[in-house]
Amino acid sequence: MKKPLDRPELSADISIADDILHIANISRRAFLKDLALTGFVLAAGFPSLIRADETALPSQKGKYGADAMPHGWVDNPLVFVAIADDGTVTIICHRSEMGQGVRTSLPMVVADELEADWQRVRVEQAPGDEPRYGNQDTDGSRSMRHFFMPMRRVGAAARTMLESAAAAQWQVPIQEVRAEQHQVLHPATGRTLGYGQLAKAAAKLPVPARETLRLKKPADFRYISKGQLGIYDGQDIVTGRAQYGIDTRLEDMLYAVVARPPVFGGKVLRYDAKDALEVPGVVKVVELPSSPPPADFNPLGGVAVIARNTWAAIQGRKALKIEWNNGPHGTYDSVAYKAELEAAARQPGKVVRNDGDVDTALKSAAKQVEAEYYAPHLAHATMEPPAAAARIVKGKCEIWACTQSPQASRERVAKWLKLSEDNVTVHVTLLGGGFGRKSIPDYVIEAALLSQAMNGKPVKLTWTREDDLHHSYFHTVSVERLEAGLDTQGKPVAWLHRTVAPTISSTFAPDSKHQMPAELGMGVINVPFAIANLRIENPEAEAHTRIGWFRSVSNIPHAFAIQSFVAELAAAAGRDPKDFLLDLIGPPRRIDPRTLGDTWNQGESPEVYPVDTGRLRRVIETVARETGWGRTLPKGAGLGLAAHYSFVTYIAVVVEVSVNEDGKLNIPRIDVAVDCGPQVNPERIRSQIEGACIMGISLATLGEISFKEGAVMQDNFHTYQLTRMDEAPREIRVHLMPTPEFDTPLGGVGEPGVPPIAPALCNAIFAATGQRIRQLPIRDQLRKD
Amino acid sequence: MITFNINGKPRQIDLPTDTPLLWVLRDHLGLIGTKFGCGMALCGACTVHLDGEPTRACVTPISAAVGKKIVTIEAIDQDATGQKVQEAWLTLGVPQCGYCQPGQIMAATALLKQKPKPTDADIDKAMSGNICRCGTYCRIRAAIKQVAGLTEVKP
Ligand code: FES
Ligand code: FES
Repeated sequence: MKKPLDRPELSADISIADDILHIANISRRAFLKDLALTGFVLAAGFPSLIRADETALPSQKGKYGADAMPHGWVDNPLVFVAIADDGTVTIICHRSEMGQGVRTSLPMVVADELEADWQRVRVEQAPGDEPRYGNQDTDGSRSMRHFFMPMRRVGAAARTMLESAAAAQWQVPIQEVRAEQHQVLHPATGRTLGYGQLAKAAAKLPVPARETLRLKKPADFRYISKGQLGIYDGQDIVTGRAQYGIDTRLEDMLYAVVARPPVFGGKVLRYDAKDALEVPGVVKVVELPSSPPPADFNPLGGVAVIARNTWAAIQGRKALKIEWNNGPHGTYDSVAYKAELEAAARQPGKVVRNDGDVDTALKSAAKQVEAEYYAPHLAHATMEPPAAAARIVKGKCEIWACTQSPQASRERVAKWLKLSEDNVTVHVTLLGGGFGRKSIPDYVIEAALLSQAMNGKPVKLTWTREDDLHHSYFHTVSVERLEAGLDTQGKPVAWLHRTVAPTISSTFAPDSKHQMPAELGMGVINVPFAIANLRIENPEAEAHTRIGWFRSVSNIPHAFAIQSFVAELAAAAGRDPKDFLLDLIGPPRRIDPRTLGDTWNQGESPEVYPVDTGRLRRVIETVARETGWGRTLPKGAGLGLAAHYSFVTYIAVVVEVSVNEDGKLNIPRIDVAVDCGPQVNPERIRSQIEGACIMGISLATLGEISFKEGAVMQDNFHTYQLTRMDEAPREIRVHLMPTPEFDTPLGGVGEPGVPPIAPALCNAIFAATGQRIRQLPIRDQLRKD
Repeated sequence: MITFNINGKPRQIDLPTDTPLLWVLRDHLGLIGTKFGCGMALCGACTVHLDGEPTRACVTPISAAVGKKIVTIEAIDQDATGQKVQEAWLTLGVPQCGYCQPGQIMAATALLKQKPKPTDADIDKAMSGNICRCGTYCRIRAAIKQVAGLTEVKP
């Protein structure tokens, strides 16, 4: 197979000789350093070369988008681009790769503006250092949304510097030269200079001012919007050379697993390590302290077994005898809790939006419809479980981790080890899935504490699947109660939605019992429906476990309930669900989210990102057309529609199902129409949407984490089931709304595909069978016995 | 001391014989391409070939691998079918995070070597032991069909 240029090798053959350990991260750093010495001329790795004003935190520039994120954005080419004498262009990717393709897409944006030949580009992963690189929290579906423009400017500035250097060398005006595919041309004389030849001189030039940069016209894009580049790490992935956090290997490294309190808030009462220490390969057993509430990003504490390999550590852990104090959440029980949420949803709660007079309108409506929907806790179950390696040498801690939040990892490790942040380096590996779990660095801190317990020796901590399912930061659990009134024409005149779910805020402030604006703004408060009388209430819910971010977050239960209920209303009104939904959305208009009570708006400006019902209508119309909405299907088959706006992206889905006589569900096809604004890498957008379909089907049909006596009941993939090949949709068609002019702002991609899947599926099941699913997961609810 | 044949080379290891092959590969031999996902033969991330049979290394004690030819993802490109599978994976952009893909490629290669023209049912059967949380199943199916020379209707 063809090897891509200049890729650092992790040769399995070299590392096979047991004691010669080889870490790609280290070799990559060494590689960077070597090149820096021998001619990295636009200097990556030399903060001192950067003028202070260029790294000045831009977070204060405005209140929205990347400006409002911690450490904002940076667009300095000296930070992100390095060019070697041989012309190799190294581009830094500062966001974490977890399957969304960011290590391809962001560097590709730089390369396009830079007129770099992608074949001669290397991508280098930035360590955690937000003051230097800008925000690195890879979550919220915002890498491209927030860094498309800064990365374009990085490329354009570097290109301008190369052009200036060439013009100076030829002593011609810069207007006469032009960069094209790794060289600068002087068309008048036919002269050319390669980037490698120009790099040294270019590096000495000042970085051009932001306002003077000439950005490419969309028509001139070479890579952006084309979707023709394979993923940067593809070759490494298919050959098994790709390095994830769990793959880190350091010289003399020890391997650890931790027995954590089975109940959140629990503690070790006493333990006996004698048998564990007798397991061959076990080196040491240490207790890790538990932390008082709030949960925050703190490790849970417990007892760690450190050994010469992972298997010995796991065997050692099995041999531990531990008595736990379960603490205040030892009675958490999902069955009882569901009843509590239902009771809360049947009582008035905190009013978070109130238009018109819902009670009067409901009472006088020709028809009242009500329904309750339940969506359970979920665990992310990234295929690579959490893992991290750490070592501490002379007061400096180095970490290798599959983390979505390298800066938070760095800050927390520094705090726990009582080191200054400068003495903590967090190398970011590839992530074998993230989905929000790896936004929280509890496991990174654990690794650092274990290395500390071993006097700084390198220790790799691996979470087993059981650990991952038992000790996640779980997706919330919710009851959504909806009531609506229809007039004699079947038109909705009143809408009451009570949403009850433990909030993510409880992870940081245990007394929080109401959803925060960012949760309410995930499709519940900002429903863009044209109904005069509309009230949203949020009764209290107390959390008994660590609630965290799961891909799409609260949009999942909200979209499930709302889009199911709309279809129920359509049925009650005797109308086609698509026409009914379009009428409910009303005419195309741009709504200021603040008028919907949504002060959050995904962190984006309400002027730049209004709720655009025209775009929402268009995705619905598109998906209906593409799927052949209304076509006749055989008995037992049906189409279901759902649309949802989240992460400032508009999505509509049609799921086709068939349900056989035994109640076996089959999903031959899903169509998805996506309006995420301009598409920087359409190929990876498609793959993200395809993946979102599978995750949506998985959570709708199988996904459930439940608690009994405070502990999670699911242990591994036999009890926490995920969709597999044989039950996955056979075909997924993604329809991207064209925006060739790049004249609308970018939307998110990683998350917004998930929420509409479950309701579309349940609506399809209703169309096929007349059975309405209101409780997730569906599991065997369709089975006829 | 146990001797095995891994990727065509003899390797010696001194470990308890009930140690699963997975950890020997990963921790002792540095062959990290074989992944850990569940440890219970539930996810397929650890799939290797034992005398050509797709096998879950996480539940295979090293004692069961002695005398067999072990092939891991690191050497699958030395097999003509394996190489075609890798190429199809890249052409169709199958991987997302990529973590499950070594296991998927090992499973797909074994399938295609046994059944060069697999039906959809064959694919379901051979591949349903391999979980992909990123959800690349449609592309995996398409890539297998591409290697098999079976036309896949593209939207
Ligand atoms: S790790 Fe072996 S099947 Fe999951
Ligand atoms: S590509 Fe991520 S788990 Fe399969």
